[in-house]
Parts: sequence; C-alpha cells; structure tokens
Amino acid sequence: MNKKSFGSRLVAAPYLVWAAIFVIVPLVMMAYFAFTDNSGAFTLANISQIGRYRKAFAVSILYAVIATAITLVISYPMAYFMTKMKVSSQRMIMIIVMLPMWMNFLIRTYSWISILANTGIINTTLKSLGLPTLRLINTPGAVILGMVYDFIPYMILPIYSVMTKIDNSLLEAAEDLGSNAFSRLRRVILPLSMPGVISGITMVFVPSVSTFYISQKLGGSKNWLIGDAIEYLFGSGPDYYNVASALSLVLMVMILLCLAVMSRFSSDEEGGVIV
Amino acid sequence: MKVFSRIYVALILAFLYAPIAVMIIFSFNSGNSVWVFESFSAQWYTDIISNTAMIEGLRHTLTVAILSATIATVLGTAAAVGITALRKKITRSFATTVTNIPMMNADIVTGVSLMLLFVFFGRILGLYESLGFITVLIAHITFNLPYVILSVIPKLRQTDKNLHEAALDLGCTPLQAFFKVVIPSIKVGIFTGFIMAFTLSLDDFVISYFTCGHYQTLPVVIYNMTKKTVTPDVYALSTIVFATIFVLLILYNMLQTKSEQRRNSNVKKA
Repeated sequence: MNKKSFGSRLVAAPYLVWAAIFVIVPLVMMAYFAFTDNSGAFTLANISQIGRYRKAFAVSILYAVIATAITLVISYPMAYFMTKMKVSSQRMIMIIVMLPMWMNFLIRTYSWISILANTGIINTTLKSLGLPTLRLINTPGAVILGMVYDFIPYMILPIYSVMTKIDNSLLEAAEDLGSNAFSRLRRVILPLSMPGVISGITMVFVPSVSTFYISQKLGGSKNWLIGDAIEYLFGSGPDYYNVASALSLVLMVMILLCLAVMSRFSSDEEGGVIV
Repeated sequence: MKVFSRIYVALILAFLYAPIAVMIIFSFNSGNSVWVFESFSAQWYTDIISNTAMIEGLRHTLTVAILSATIATVLGTAAAVGITALRKKITRSFATTVTNIPMMNADIVTGVSLMLLFVFFGRILGLYESLGFITVLIAHITFNLPYVILSVIPKLRQTDKNLHEAALDLGCTPLQAFFKVVIPSIKVGIFTGFIMAFTLSLDDFVISYFTCGHYQTLPVVIYNMTKKTVTPDVYALSTIVFATIFVLLILYNMLQTKSEQRRNSNVKKA
C-alpha cells in the first residue's frame, strides 16, 4: 500500500525538477541580473534607474486599468445576454467569440491600422461623405482600443461560464420573494458571478499592462509602455540586460501585488455572499 | 428587451470580426497596400509558397507546437497523478505554486527570465549562440505544463480510487493498472490538456520572441515583417489559417450536436 503510493508520488518528480529549473531558477536569475552590474558585482544602480521609467510605468497602469474597465463594462451584458439564449445558439456564439483567439494577435492588431490610419477605412469613408477626417492612429485611445479588442474574449468567457452555472431556481425564488429584475441582477446574479469577473479582470489586466506590440503599432512613438521599455532594452544587447531585468522584476512584483489585492477583494465578496 | 439584447450581441460580434474582415478583404488586393484597395486578385495566395521566411516560420511553429504539446502532456499527466498522491503539505504547496507561477506571470516576464537563464548558461558553456530550437522548445513545454496539469487533476479527482485497487487485487501490476484503469478514466482531461497546450504554443509570440534566437516561429516572423511595411501576403496566410480553424470548429460543433441528439434519442427509447 505504502509502496504503491510512493511509486505514484514519484511520477511527479520529473515535473517538479523541471519546474524548479525552468520556473524558479529563471526568476532567481532575473533578480540576480537586476542586482548586479556587467561584471557580476552587487549593485543597486539598476533599481535606482527605474525612476527614469516612472512615466512608462504610470502610463501602462493607467491604460491597462481603463482598458480592463471598458472590457468589463462591455463584456458583462454580453455574457448575461448569452445565457438567456437557446442552448444551441449559446454554443454557436461561444465558438464565434473564441475563434479570434486562435488567430495571430499580431495580425489582428495590425488590421486595426488599416481601419484607423489617416488614409484608412474610417477616414476614407468620412472624406467621401464630405466630413472632416479624424486623427485616430497613434493616440492613447487607439492603444486602449487595441487592448480591449485583443483581450475581450478573456473577459467574456469566464463571466459567461460562471453565469451559466447559476441555479435558475435561485432566481425564481428571488422573484417569488418579490424582487424585481434589477434587484435580482444586483443581489443574486452579480454576487454569484463575481469569481468569473475577478478571473476576467486578471486575464485582461495582466497582458494589457505588460504588452509591447499593441502600443508600438497603434500608439506610435509617443505611447511608450513599460513592455516597450523592456523589449527595447533587451534588444539593445547584453550591456542592457541588467537594467532590463530590474524593470521586469519591478513589473512582476507590481502585477503580483495587484493580483493579491484582487484575490483579497474577491474572497471578501464571496464571504459576503455566505453571510 | 429581446431585440435590444440581440442587437447588443450582434454589435460585439461585429467589433470582434471587423479587423478579421479587413484582413480577408485586403488579402485579395491586387496592390501592395493593406489599406488602399485596388482590384481583386488572388496573387498573394500563390506568393506565399515562394515566401521562404514565412514557410520556414510555419514549419518551426508546427514542430515546436507538436513536440512541446506532446512532451508537456506526458510530463504533465504524470505530474498530475503524482501531485494528487502527494501527502506532505510542503511538497504539495510547492507543486501548486510552481504550477501557478507561469500562469500568473506576464508573458514578457516568463520570456525574459527564461532568456536570462539560457544566456547565463550559454555563457558558462561558452556557446556562441545560446538561443535556438532547444531553448524555444523548453520555454514552450514550461508554459504548457500548467494547462495540462490543471485539466488532468479534476478528472483524477472524479475517478473512483477503488477501481485502481480492484485492478491490483485482480492481479494487475501497478503499471498495468495505471495504463488499463487510470489512463482510460482521465483520457478526456489528457486530450483537453493536449489541445490547449498545442493551441497556446501555436499562438505564442512574446515568450518565443525572447527565447527563439534564429529559430524563428511564425509569430516572430510576422512580427519582424510588421516592423517594415506589411504586404497582403501576411493577410493571405492568416486568412488560410482562419478558414482552416473555422471549418474545423464548425465540424466539431456539428459532430457534438449530432452525438448529443443520438444520446437524447437513445434515452427516449430506453
């Protein structure tokens, strides 16, 4: 008996060794590069240089927060309306929502240039209607639009999958006890769909705050995000690895802090439901 | 209300597909531009074959996706079996933490930290070129593993432990019991894990970008192409990919609906 379970525990060993080498050690390596100079001597110079990237950090967080908020506001009704449909159309719409996720996101982002460019589809249409053209590309709005567009399926799907599991009899009970549609939404559906909302927020915020492609293509040179800074520095050769590691380390810690705050918030919500 | 909700859903879907429609339309452009449409032509589709960088990238992507998904599925299934059997609290929480890290970390952090590891060891080993096929494969296996593990573990929890013991009592060796009893009961989870790993690997840009060196996968090739002016051939290739996935999904959906109908009618007969 003991021998058997020892054997089955042992099969986890290759994975644990793999994860130690390729998950834990790289993070240690990142910290090592962040706190050393080119010769390998300890230094705080890289960390202290981070002040120069204050603006990139601030802009990244601001854009990511706005994009996440917009995505949530758009996705929540979408998920709700989906649950109200026939089961067969629900499945069809699920597939339609998921399909773009299999497409290369670089191309999907790049296509927006065709739509937003100064001589792009929107402006050509405006011109032919005799209307003034708009400056759309290379603006903060375009970057946020790109984030919302690229990551919206990651918000719709978790909210939808949590919502479909809500027991219909709970809603009927609420209705019988005299609550109207609005208070059913606020007091039954909203709290019960919270886990989906939280994982949606995480799945949109993390890639948004760390992106570098969207900002390069849709934001031009003015909207430099922290991901751009990291990519640029790593691309500039081994001399810049140390500063780039310091930036990555700070980004990682920042994201983990955000996630910790959020999971705290979500467990409070769930606690509220139980009480 | 019903009309409103229909319009809302339709608008969101239109938003999701607007850039894809643009991509498909401009893949048939006879000119070089991806935003000024001249006339209809399919020349870019024939040009793909002669675009060696793109074909090479596609080959690299498929190689890495198949290998990494397979290796991650084997390692991850074994890991899931082992992790559910773990009893010591410390090893268990270590296992969950290392499984969660790649999923929670931003791709860019995973990518650069792996790159630093490879570069560091490359320097120690005195390699001229430390990044390439092996490193991008390792990176893909690493970010695929958690998804395999997390799709197998729930299936393992659902299976009846007595079955395994019954097999042992009836004379199976532990290995036979594992392959004849445990594997069949978790095969759905293993399959889901493999498919997830494969698609994630196919689609990955950020982590490959930092770890692939000269072994460029298709997304990295596309990235380098979009740094210069993009010609419609990139759109043509993406349209082919889109059409393939679209057909596969429709077929899958049809098969699923059919098997459900059959099951329902069987239930009724019974």
